[in-house]
Amino acid sequence: MAIADVKEYCHLTEDEVEQIGRELDALRTEIEESRGAADAAYINRVIRIQRGLAFAGRVTLLFSNKKPAWAAGTAMLGIAKILENIEIGHNVMHGQWDWMNDPEIHSSNWEWDTIQPAEQWKHSHNYIHHQFTNVLGYDNDIGYGILRMAREQKWNPYYFGQPVYNAMLATLFEWGVGLHDLDIERIRKGKKDPKELKRQLKQLARKAGRQATKDYLVYPALSGPNWKTTLTADLTSNIIRNLWAYVIIFCGHFPDGAMHFTEEELEDETRSEWYLRQILGAANFTGSPLMHIMAGNLSFQIEHHLYPDLPSNRYAQISERVQELCRKYDIPYTTGPLHKQYGQALRTIMKLSLPNSWTKDKNPTQPQRRDTANRYEQEHKRRSDAERPPRRTELGGWSRGGKQRMHD
Amino acid sequence: MAQGTAEKEQKDQRTPWERVRALGSQLTTPLHPDDYLSLVNPLWSSRELRGRVEKVVKETEDAATLVIRPGWGWRYKHHPGQYVGIGVQVDGKFQWRSYSISSPPKRNGRHIAITVRAMPEGLLSSHLVNGLTPGTIVRLALPEGDFVMPDPPPEKVLFLVAGSGITPIMAMLRTLDRRGTMPDVVMHYSSPTAERMIFRDELDQLAGKHDGLTLHKLHTDSEGMLDLADLDQLCPDWREREVWACGPGPMLDAIDEHWKEAGLEEQLHLERFSLQLGSNGGEGGTITFRNSGKTIDVDGATTVLEAGEQAGVGMPYGCRMGICHTCTLTLVSGAVKDLRNGDEFNQPNEQVQTCVTAALGDCTLDI
Repeated sequence: MAIADVKEYCHLTEDEVEQIGRELDALRTEIEESRGAADAAYINRVIRIQRGLAFAGRVTLLFSNKKPAWAAGTAMLGIAKILENIEIGHNVMHGQWDWMNDPEIHSSNWEWDTIQPAEQWKHSHNYIHHQFTNVLGYDNDIGYGILRMAREQKWNPYYFGQPVYNAMLATLFEWGVGLHDLDIERIRKGKKDPKELKRQLKQLARKAGRQATKDYLVYPALSGPNWKTTLTADLTSNIIRNLWAYVIIFCGHFPDGAMHFTEEELEDETRSEWYLRQILGAANFTGSPLMHIMAGNLSFQIEHHLYPDLPSNRYAQISERVQELCRKYDIPYTTGPLHKQYGQALRTIMKLSLPNSWTKDKNPTQPQRRDTANRYEQEHKRRSDAERPPRRTELGGWSRGGKQRMHD
Repeated sequence: MAQGTAEKEQKDQRTPWERVRALGSQLTTPLHPDDYLSLVNPLWSSRELRGRVEKVVKETEDAATLVIRPGWGWRYKHHPGQYVGIGVQVDGKFQWRSYSISSPPKRNGRHIAITVRAMPEGLLSSHLVNGLTPGTIVRLALPEGDFVMPDPPPEKVLFLVAGSGITPIMAMLRTLDRRGTMPDVVMHYSSPTAERMIFRDELDQLAGKHDGLTLHKLHTDSEGMLDLADLDQLCPDWREREVWACGPGPMLDAIDEHWKEAGLEEQLHLERFSLQLGSNGGEGGTITFRNSGKTIDVDGATTVLEAGEQAGVGMPYGCRMGICHTCTLTLVSGAVKDLRNGDEFNQPNEQVQTCVTAALGDCTLDI
């Protein structure tokens, strides 16, 4: 069952909630003031390593007819794409590195190595997902309009196929993300502004075209007689990245402890309550420092949701303080090893492919308010931006057109 | 940074090597080949102009000349008197300022020089003078400004200079010297003491070499400041001269007034660092600064940054020329126009660079 009031759910008084907000604000200020040369060196080093891997991978794959070269090249390219997408692109586009004033590492003009244009990502992710995290009917990331990830989402026979859709989404994740901001559901219902749709489609087609040409035409062509093996290597590295990104993202909000919310929660939500919703709605996973980097530090999903625009290399440090705070106020803090977290997400996917009456809800939260208990089901619809509250500034940039940098 | 017609112009001027790199972006998309090449050599990129500090020459106790080797994309076609933006990373953060180029333009040049005086409170100027070591990579912005010496120069020239305001004038003098076109020049140069006078030896040499160049030095610590009424004795024909003045704000204000009173403002060139923006501005309107609760009515040529400063809002700024993004704020409602290229920004909560945008009707900013 979804939460209608975080304060009530956590058994906290209004004063306690405000105190938590102040402590989290103070932690933000502390981190902001301590950003410096070491942080700048970190992101520059990651970028250097990532570009080095991409270059080495591409060169190795010119000789992809040799099996070891194919394997090594594919692995290097796959890892480069993962790093580029989640530790660099995702975080840069949140504005985590904007404080450096470096126009080459800036949310306003970063473009990433995936199908979706940066501008559309910054809208669907920074704004829609981060501001309305796990609020039913507002956050389109609950199942991405493809899967049923909350019991409140109405079941219909389409969802019997959920395990298959899930496997397809994982494999083609880049394309799923690419179509995400178009909001297919609103297009289907004829609610999307046709002019905006046309603009977005054009932008998407251009980006997707350049991406596909590079991976599936230009590099295979450069490999000459080895074009076939280079093609399979490029395809494989993209799939490796897709699967890994899918797992990381699904571990962020779908393990058992991550809660959903009803729109009542958004009514008069204070900044402190917003913080609480971020803690309750996200889930971390544990791992080595290398694992955290490969996960784009999204293994600190809770910290990322509290401070989307603070540098990712600081999340580990922030995490200790947030856990301390959660212990102090007895707020649930969801974490566990990757396999366990993903296992739980997968179980939910399987379970929710069936009607609610066939399965048991293992996570009853609290009794719902009678008047609104079924409102989501009745009024299930997607909002347009005009129907949503305006954007919070700490979520990272959301700028449109003009400033996007496409190199051509 | 340039867009529209400027971009087209740039495209036409591309060298074969630049064309190869443009083609190479097929391999590196969504990045540019320069994003990889600059990791091999930091100067091998024209995405953001870069330069390597080759030499730091102490001019006086508190001033130094930085000799910079610009990287790809730099064009040595600046006019004597123009300034460049320079961005230096301090504690991980790029800080931008503008400084006049003191070296003369050379078509086949490989270096530019800027001369910087460390200001008592100036974090960056002190860093540039005392903290910068040869080899440091800095960011650059192409030369800007209309405080320039035309070629050929006017027949009679008066330079009114104080302190580090010497730098653009020095570029003009060096150019006139190099081209052998030194006209009748009177230069009045104020500095607190003889020791703090930047380029004093070179100026003496130039004055010795060119009969046309008359140099008045004034050491204000012992002799007091220049009273403009004294010009009639110092330079009786000042009314006939084309004037270039560079120095502290109050001095420029006084000169501005003096020449206006004489009805000669046409002959006066003042250097105040500002960006030359397109003439087709916004419409103007009322700008509301939401968090500080301040509002101001402005015309379409005033940038949002200038408007905020006039209204007394603590506006963030850096390069003041649309490069560094320090000034970026969230536009809550309304619309603004980019004065460089006419792009309009009107989405709620869009990020806008305040130093290059002006109001298109009423708008509200989140500061």
